[in-house]
Amino acid sequence: MKDNSYQAVMARKNEIMKKSVGIDYDVLEYGRLSFDYEGLMKKVPYSIEEIAEIQAQTKVGRTPLFELKNLTSLVRRYSPPGKGARIFIKDEAANCSGSFKDRRASLSVYHAKKLGFKGVIAATSGNYGAAVAAQAAQRGLKCIVVQEVYDSRKVGQPEILEKARKCEAYGAEVVQLTVGPELFYVFLMLLEETGYFNASLYTPYSIAGIETLGYELAVEVKEREGRFPDAVVITHAGGGNVTGTARGLLKAGADKTCIIGASVDLTGLHMASDEDFNKKSFTTGHTGFGVPFAVWPDRSDVPRNAARPLRYLDRYVTVTQGEVFFTTEVLARVEGLERGPAGNTSLAAAIALAKEMDRDQIIVVQETEYTGAGKHPLAQLSFARKNGIEVRRGHPSENVPGKNIVIPESISQLGYKEMDLDRLRQSYIKNALEKAGVKAVEKVDVDFLSEETKWPVDRVLECLRDYGIDVE
Amino acid sequence: MKAKKGMWVEVENIVLRPGERAPHLPEDTKRVPLVMWVKGFLESDVASLGDNVKVRTLTGRIVEGKLVTINPRHVHDFGDCVEELLQVGEEVKKELEKVLKEEDSDER
Ligand SMILES: Cc1ncc(COP(=O)(O)O)c(C=O)c1O
Repeated sequence: MKDNSYQAVMARKNEIMKKSVGIDYDVLEYGRLSFDYEGLMKKVPYSIEEIAEIQAQTKVGRTPLFELKNLTSLVRRYSPPGKGARIFIKDEAANCSGSFKDRRASLSVYHAKKLGFKGVIAATSGNYGAAVAAQAAQRGLKCIVVQEVYDSRKVGQPEILEKARKCEAYGAEVVQLTVGPELFYVFLMLLEETGYFNASLYTPYSIAGIETLGYELAVEVKEREGRFPDAVVITHAGGGNVTGTARGLLKAGADKTCIIGASVDLTGLHMASDEDFNKKSFTTGHTGFGVPFAVWPDRSDVPRNAARPLRYLDRYVTVTQGEVFFTTEVLARVEGLERGPAGNTSLAAAIALAKEMDRDQIIVVQETEYTGAGKHPLAQLSFARKNGIEVRRGHPSENVPGKNIVIPESISQLGYKEMDLDRLRQSYIKNALEKAGVKAVEKVDVDFLSEETKWPVDRVLECLRDYGIDVE
Repeated sequence: MKAKKGMWVEVENIVLRPGERAPHLPEDTKRVPLVMWVKGFLESDVASLGDNVKVRTLTGRIVEGKLVTINPRHVHDFGDCVEELLQVGEEVKKELEKVLKEEDSDER
C-alpha cells in the first residue's frame, strides 16, 4: 500500500511529474542555476503553422480582430491634442470554450493523446479548466479538473462556480477544494491514481499553443494597416499569456512592439488566506499571481516553468478592480461586446495608455473572455457586497482591495500604476540564487540571468555584486 | 430525502485536518481543514444525507465520502442589479451620441 500522507506524496513529486508530462527536465539544467529555456521550448515538435492546424481541428484560433472605433473616439475626448491611439481587440472569446486558454489546452491535449495517455488532469480554478475539458471532449480523452473554490464556510467565488459548471458541461470530473496550496498534494495523488497526463498551464506545449495568438494579431495588423502594432497589452497572472503572446509576436517579426503586461491590483490580500479568499472580486489576472510568478516562475506545478514573463515584458502596469468593471460596462454599451471582466483587465489599461500615445499609433488588447452567470460584473459585484465590500462611484485612487470597489465617474479618470520592473528583476535574481542555494555562479549563469531578466550583463553583474555573489 | 442508486450526488471528504496542513499557511487557513467535494452517480442502492457512500465520477473513478447533496444545483447567477454600473452605461451612451453627432457633421 502506498504511503499517501502529505509528506510522502510531496517527496515523490519529481517522480510523479516526470511520468505525467513526459519531459525530463533534469537534462536541461546547467551551470549553478541555469537551464536551457529554448531547449525546453524545442520539446514541442511542431512548427507554428502546424500548431495553428492542430488548433483549427478543435475550433481554436483565427479569432476576429476588431477595431474599437467608438471607444477610441470616446478616449480621444479625454486625451491631449494629437493623442489617443487606435484601440484594437482580439476577440478570444470566440475560441471554442470562450477564452485564449483554448490555445493553451489544445496542444497539450493533442500531445497527451499522441503520447498514449487515456486522460488529462489540470489544476486550475480558471478558464483553463473549461478549455482542457472542451479539448479532451473532442479528442476522446478523460478529464479531471482540480479547483480551489470554497472558503471554510463552503461559500464559493461565483466566477469559479461557473467554471466548474462549464467543465462538467464538457464532461469533465471536477474535484473541488477549500482554500490552500495543498491543492497540489491532491493533484499529485490524482496523477498517481489515474496515470493521466498533467496538462499543466506551464509546460512548453501550453506556452507554444499561445504563440499563435501573438502571431495572428501581428500578421493581421500588418496586413490591414501596413505595420505592426506599437503596443500590445496583455492581462497577466501566471505569465503564460505574456510569454506566449510575446513569442508569437517575435516569430511574426514584430520586434519593435512594446509588450505591456496588465494586472488587477490586489495588493494586501493574501492568496492562501481563508478569510481573504472571498474578499476579492477577481480570481485571475491580478497581482496576487502576477507578481509572484514574475519573480519566481518555477513555483509552478512543473520543475521548470515555460512561462517566463520577465524575458519579454517591456512594461507592467496595474489597474483597479473598479476600473475593470467600469471598462466591462463601457465595452458592452458602446461596442456591443458583452465579455467577461477578468479578460478586460488589459482593456482597462489600454484605455489609459492610449490617452498618452499618438493618434496614429495602434494599441492592441490581445484578448476577451466569455461572460455568463457568475462570471459577470453584476454577479461579482453583488457577491462583493454580500461579503462586506463597499461598492460605490468615485476616483480609482480610492480603491482599497478587500475593502471597497470604486467605480470611476468618467473615462477621464481611468489610469494605471507603473510597476517597477527593475525591482521585480532584482527580486527574481534573489530568488534564483536562494532556491539554488549558491554563493557563487559561473559566467554561463550570468548570461542566463541576463536573458531571464532582459537586463544587460553589466546590470546583472552589478546586482550579483550587491548580493555578495562571486562569479567564477 | 433518500438518494437512490445512479442518482447524481455530491460527497465530501476531509483531506487534511488542521494539524496536518502544510507549513507557512496564514493562521486563518491553518485553523480549518482542507475539504474536498466530488460529484458522481451513487453506487449504493439507497442512502441518506450524512451516510458514507461510494460514487462513480464522470471519469469512472470510484470515490468514497460523506453524502452531502442530492442532485446538486448550480447556484451561481447574474446577481442583483448594480445601479452604479447602470449609471455608467447611461452616461457613456450619452457621450457616445454626442461624439457620433460631431463625427457626422465633420464628415458633411
Ligand atoms: C481570461 C484570462 N486572461 C488572462 C489570464 C492570465 O493568463 P496567465 O495566467 O497566463 O498570465 C487568464 C488566466 O489566468 C485568463 O483566464
